Amino acid sequence: MKKITLTVNGKKISVQAHPFARLLDVIREGLELTGTKEGCGEGECGACSVLLDGELVNSCLVPVLQANGKAILTVEGLSKKSLCPLQKSFMKCGGAQCGICTPGMLIASQALKKKKKRLSPKDIREGLAGNLCRCTGYSQIIESIQKSGGRT
Amino acid sequence: MSWVGKSALRKEGEKKLRGIAKYIDDISFEGMIYGTTVRSSTPRGILKKIEFLPGVNWDEFIKVTAQDIPGHNYVALIEKDQPFLAQEKINHPEEPVLLLAHANKHLLEKARKLVKLHVEPLPPVFNIEDSLSQKALVWGKNNIFKSYSIDRGDVETAFKKAFVIVEGTYETGAQEQLYIEPNGVLAIANPQEGVTVWGSMQCPYYVHKALLPLFDLPPDKVRVVQAETGGGFGGKEEYPSVICGHAALLAWKSGRPVKIIYDRMEDMVATTKRHPSKTKIKIGFDKSNKLIAMDIDFSIDGGAYATLSSVVLSRGTLHASGPYFCPNIKIRSRAVATNCPPHGAFRGFGAPQSIFALEKHLDLCAKKLNLDPAILRKSNLIKTGETLGCGQVIKEKVRISEVVERALQLSSYHKKRKLFLKHNSKGPLKKGIGLSVFMHGAGFTGSGETFLASIAAIRANEAGKLEVLTSNTEIGQGTNTIFSQMTADALKLDLKDIEVVQPDTSKVPNSGPTVASRTCMVVGKLVEQAAQDLKQKLISAQLLKEKYTRSEFLVACKRYRKEIGELKGISQYKAPPHVVWDEQKYQGDAYGAYAWAAYVAETTTDLRTFETVVDNFWAVQEVGKVINPTLARGQIIGGVAQGIGYALYEDVVWHEGKMVNNKMSNYIMPTTLDTPDIDVLFLELPYAFGGGGSKGIGELPLDGPAPAILNAMDFALDLELTQIPTTPERLMEKIERKTP
Ligand code: FES
Ligand code: FES
Repeated sequence: MKKITLTVNGKKISVQAHPFARLLDVIREGLELTGTKEGCGEGECGACSVLLDGELVNSCLVPVLQANGKAILTVEGLSKKSLCPLQKSFMKCGGAQCGICTPGMLIASQALKKKKKRLSPKDIREGLAGNLCRCTGYSQIIESIQKSGGRT
Repeated sequence: MSWVGKSALRKEGEKKLRGIAKYIDDISFEGMIYGTTVRSSTPRGILKKIEFLPGVNWDEFIKVTAQDIPGHNYVALIEKDQPFLAQEKINHPEEPVLLLAHANKHLLEKARKLVKLHVEPLPPVFNIEDSLSQKALVWGKNNIFKSYSIDRGDVETAFKKAFVIVEGTYETGAQEQLYIEPNGVLAIANPQEGVTVWGSMQCPYYVHKALLPLFDLPPDKVRVVQAETGGGFGGKEEYPSVICGHAALLAWKSGRPVKIIYDRMEDMVATTKRHPSKTKIKIGFDKSNKLIAMDIDFSIDGGAYATLSSVVLSRGTLHASGPYFCPNIKIRSRAVATNCPPHGAFRGFGAPQSIFALEKHLDLCAKKLNLDPAILRKSNLIKTGETLGCGQVIKEKVRISEVVERALQLSSYHKKRKLFLKHNSKGPLKKGIGLSVFMHGAGFTGSGETFLASIAAIRANEAGKLEVLTSNTEIGQGTNTIFSQMTADALKLDLKDIEVVQPDTSKVPNSGPTVASRTCMVVGKLVEQAAQDLKQKLISAQLLKEKYTRSEFLVACKRYRKEIGELKGISQYKAPPHVVWDEQKYQGDAYGAYAWAAYVAETTTDLRTFETVVDNFWAVQEVGKVINPTLARGQIIGGVAQGIGYALYEDVVWHEGKMVNNKMSNYIMPTTLDTPDIDVLFLELPYAFGGGGSKGIGELPLDGPAPAILNAMDFALDLELTQIPTTPERLMEKIERKTP
């Protein structure tokens, strides 16, 4: 066990964890932030996407030690009182169906929007290629991002 | 103001977007431990001994075998052949034999690997041919779970008169539902309070039905609650009964809450998939290209136990002759047993298999007749007053010709065929465009809905809201939202006055399972009727006039509750008068209503890599009244994407009855890069007996993509493809065989 310090959604937190524990498990079980999901556990589906110091990662592949001292953004940190523009747009355009891929999709979309101001549908398709959704067939997710306005 | 027809926002959308919706793995209880399943790896045999190898302290583990079952060891569904835990006989390589529970997940996994099962092997069968030829007898008297026959007119005589006869054989592979949330449940169980399970599921009352005999408990001692569910597509129709039973058995023995969450590999290897199929078709045409005889032989592989195969087979059989008129039809179909894990429900439920075969075959027929496939189809479409293969006379108006016309126009089908022919004369990139035309019957087949006798209710609650009470689950398709829209319209209220209660068998009536595209059409209608019943109670109690405002209605509810008591409207299913089905003869009105569709796919195949991409896709359908355009469009696009996977990518690789590519990294579902923008157009023709005028649409979009895509590829490559998935490897083989 090792003391790990993280800044999660803007809050500084220390936890005791095995250094090789998956960041995903520390977030879900240690910090009880269950918005981040596990779909495959092998880096394929992106349901566990979080931002680690602004970089998009699959938290199921990251040993928590690697996150020590870094900032993490999970879906719970996207908005406070009212939904952020991206969430609002997902709501309006039908970007979420069953919702299980949604936290990861939102985080990946956020990362994409940070990288580039004007996103073409092609940019979005390329940027989200690591996030699987079995419900939507993606079109409405892509529209959600396109219609979410400028940077969030 | 009417809500039906508007894109009301997803009722539970905000919870999902904030990441605070509670899926099963997000729920924990004090003192909870974890459960796991030890499975046979032998496909067929006799269990001789369970050995616990050293390496863990076995005294710390809760162990459950068939001997520990307090009631009956079968998963109640249709037949009683599938055990919760194998007693002696092993019938497939993922057969559950032993359950283990422990507080530490990691130790549990270690222990699972330290169990050695001694199984004396018996000869297995793994495919339809071997099962039919009875290479080994693995189920019942002849390896056949169920068979159906349809005979209309006189096929033999008609073939003698036929101008052209075309024959073909078609095969479809298994397909994994691949909901992104794997199966999972949580159970609390003890002899005093009974059994309660929470889980990711489509059909709480199926689970309820399965747990009663397992524990030999009365209905009120078993409670099943649906947690937020991360996709189902049929994959959480019948299998959750098994997992719920397992978790409850461990909870019963340990006295502690037990959670079982399958990881992706276990979910893929052990749970149900779409039935593989094989179809032989022989079609005869007269001189004017009219269908005069169809002989269809349809077989599906049901896996080791009967589960839902008989009903899957039935739907496949009833859709096998398509939306066409043919006076002479003979269909023989059967579901056979093999030693694979049972195949089960998957969106489309048998129809995508038989429709693939027919729609592929019609393109071959067109080729032999030297006719455009669209023209061949158009001249044979069913019209009002004509009879479908199942014996159903189409009484209502049909807009199928219009649907086909619109799809051809939108996609510039004819123009592109000419263009692509020219384009394909040189270079390695071959472009194709292909069509499929089909229909999908909504609701249970035949008398199924009458037997179900579903009940829905609306209740005025203490908070001044109207609660919708059904057992139909929200699994992403929009149940919560459309039920709210229909209720708000039925009572002339606002959307915010309506709440949809999370299905919990201790609170909601049995409105049947969330399957068969029945939620919106069948249960939606019951919800509307229950709302009317509630309103009538207010009027009879003289608390409300026929004409009222929203606030008058809400005040009336409050007064009723105060002065009279509980206020609830109830409605139970009765078959619409026009639906008559003869189960004995297996003919009649197979479905109350059909949705009709024509899909066009445009593809490019790269002859250097043999990869095919779907560049464009048009989905045109008549689905009754569209209740919520955004949600309905989402259903179609999502279904088409699954259909693209079914056609091109999703290949279950089997070895001795076991899926060996049970990972997301080697079972490939479409990503953002494999799916085009999908053009969706709805034509509307409200159905009087469907909620809000709707017909079911959930399954429809999976029926059409695979044949449309393969028809496009055949056009591009001048091939006669007959099998899905057509992976690059399979395509290469096919092309190399053609060009020696
Ligand atoms: S759970 Fe991490 S990528 Fe799927
Ligand atoms: S919304 Fe269900 S997996 Fe994406």
